[in-house]
Amino acid sequence: MSILIDSNTRLVVQGITGREGLFHSRQMLEYGTHVVAGTRPGKGGEWVLDGKVPVFDSVQIAVDVTGANTSVIFVPARFAADAMLEAADSGVNLIVCLTEGIPVQDMMRVRNYLDQREVRLVGPNCPGLLTPGESKVGIIPGNIAIPGNIGVVSRSGTLTYEVLYALKEKNMGASTCVGIGGDPINGTNFIDVLAMFEDDPKTDTIVMIGEIGGTDEEKAAEYISKHITKPVYSFIAGATAPPGKRMGHAGAIVEGSEGTAQEKVKALRAAGVAVANHPEEIPDMILGD
Amino acid sequence: MKLHEYQSKRLFAEHGVPIPNGEIATTPEEARIIAEKLGGAVVVKSQVLVGGRGKAGGIKLAKNPAEAQILAEKILNLEIKGLPVRKVLVDEAADIQTEIYLGITNDRAAKKPVFMASAAGGVDIEEVAATTPEKIIKIHIDPLLGLQDFQVLNLAVGIEMPRDLWDQFNTVAHGLWQAYKSFDATLAEINPLIITGDNRLIAVDGKMIIDDNALFRHPDLESHRDLDVEDASETEAKEHGLTYIKLEGEIGCMVNGAGLAMATMDIIKFFGGEPANFLDIGGGADEQKVAAALRIILKDPNVKAVLINIFGGITRGDLVAKGILAALEEVKPTIPMVVRLVGTNAEEGRELLANADMITAETLADAAQKAVAAARGGN
Repeated sequence: MSILIDSNTRLVVQGITGREGLFHSRQMLEYGTHVVAGTRPGKGGEWVLDGKVPVFDSVQIAVDVTGANTSVIFVPARFAADAMLEAADSGVNLIVCLTEGIPVQDMMRVRNYLDQREVRLVGPNCPGLLTPGESKVGIIPGNIAIPGNIGVVSRSGTLTYEVLYALKEKNMGASTCVGIGGDPINGTNFIDVLAMFEDDPKTDTIVMIGEIGGTDEEKAAEYISKHITKPVYSFIAGATAPPGKRMGHAGAIVEGSEGTAQEKVKALRAAGVAVANHPEEIPDMILGD
Repeated sequence: MKLHEYQSKRLFAEHGVPIPNGEIATTPEEARIIAEKLGGAVVVKSQVLVGGRGKAGGIKLAKNPAEAQILAEKILNLEIKGLPVRKVLVDEAADIQTEIYLGITNDRAAKKPVFMASAAGGVDIEEVAATTPEKIIKIHIDPLLGLQDFQVLNLAVGIEMPRDLWDQFNTVAHGLWQAYKSFDATLAEINPLIITGDNRLIAVDGKMIIDDNALFRHPDLESHRDLDVEDASETEAKEHGLTYIKLEGEIGCMVNGAGLAMATMDIIKFFGGEPANFLDIGGGADEQKVAAALRIILKDPNVKAVLINIFGGITRGDLVAKGILAALEEVKPTIPMVVRLVGTNAEEGRELLANADMITAETLADAAQKAVAAARGGN
């Protein structure tokens, strides 16, 4: 067991013929993910990746023909909202959207539409998911993590790699790593993933990487104090960020007095979460307990 | 992207919101001519993208065209919170009986737009929110359905809008919603919306912020950009596909990924230094991007040391190294540089940099400590 993706994941890649889509589809295939289909309107009938993966015109056809149950989206921001809606209507149960720079109003419409359906979105603006040794959906480098019992959830990309790598250096592995993304409006939040890790028998410990902006970490802290029995470790990026500035991620902004790292750290510590001063401290903190 | 008052009001007017007659002047003479055309008293309003224009003397009432010219001259010579006043809006003076606040913004937690209204308009709404939050009526809008008439009715009742003005209020509220929606705003605000002595609603001040990610849908709005509020280095960075934010410290940072860039700044502070900037070179950065990033960092005279922290995923260590070498060749920095490369092709990158005069580090903590020490030694 693991969460969200495993060896049963059958993946369709939306935007498989683009540079990024193709490169990362190859990486996913080499990692062992069952990449069963790709889509690109107008290129249906072609085959890519040395003839291993068929391309279809639409996600619906791809799902009907190959039985794909998960979609990953590599299309540019201006087409991403449509791509998510297309996936939602195709019958897959998990959509992972990596695209950065999607207009907020597009995301509000997508999210409100998806809420009426039985489908989960992870992202957008995220690195995707990795269940070490089984499956990867997205762009997290497979070689920086080993299988283990630590569940990792994060709003960031490379900062997550940093944590996975620091764990691996100490011979500690991950059950699943979930990048929920750096946008202000996303499909899956910390609480969703914390609940899944709590129920996952393969996860014993949880690492949660947050950052400035919004109040999701504070809500997660409240949830942890009420519902999470497994130990949680955390790091919150952005203590040195000035207010009113977007720190790269669309969602990483301190607005008024809301969204500061200090408030988040305080809320998490009050909920019994061990919060690291910097990401490389996390493995030692886990080993020390 | 923030829009000026006059730009915001014109976009509202395109969707049926009544605004005062008025025009933009860049010289005192133009202000006089506009005032003559309008006839009667006018308001001369500085167009700068900061709050508190009135308190700074940037908004004045003129009784006649001659006075409008004199006041415009004064205001055009002002600098408000560090920003020069380059334009004034000359608006017909309105007969203000009541001031109302109306605003639509994205509610991140609710994942829906929220329409806010208050009878306590004309003042700083954040202050109202902090001191008397009960005076602000909030209604969430389903982004799939849009604003509904019954919701406008609830707003009108909530702020005790006189019944004979409900029809006008409906037009204003829907106009504001249409402007917010069709221009991809993250904020569309009328403050104040006034009731005049002859019972008309007029939006006398307006504010809009457009979602930068949606500007591809509004190429015509690009000309509305005010470069005075944008840091030159931040603009240059944007042109190279980089995100740069200038800070006050002495250690320049170049990092791939926004979260890691923030964490790198934090760890510099943790070990006793101060970051000079936030800089994310993005995923898949190549030689040109890296070179541009280094040039921008080194332009800041406060920088005493540079910390380059790259975790290769999509970004390749060898390409980053080549970019660093190209930039070194060009800029010839005299300050110490600390480099940490991990991940994809990091080994190749490190080999390329072996002969360059740089301090290398294995871990993030190690890199931060070396950068802090180097910045101190460089003084």
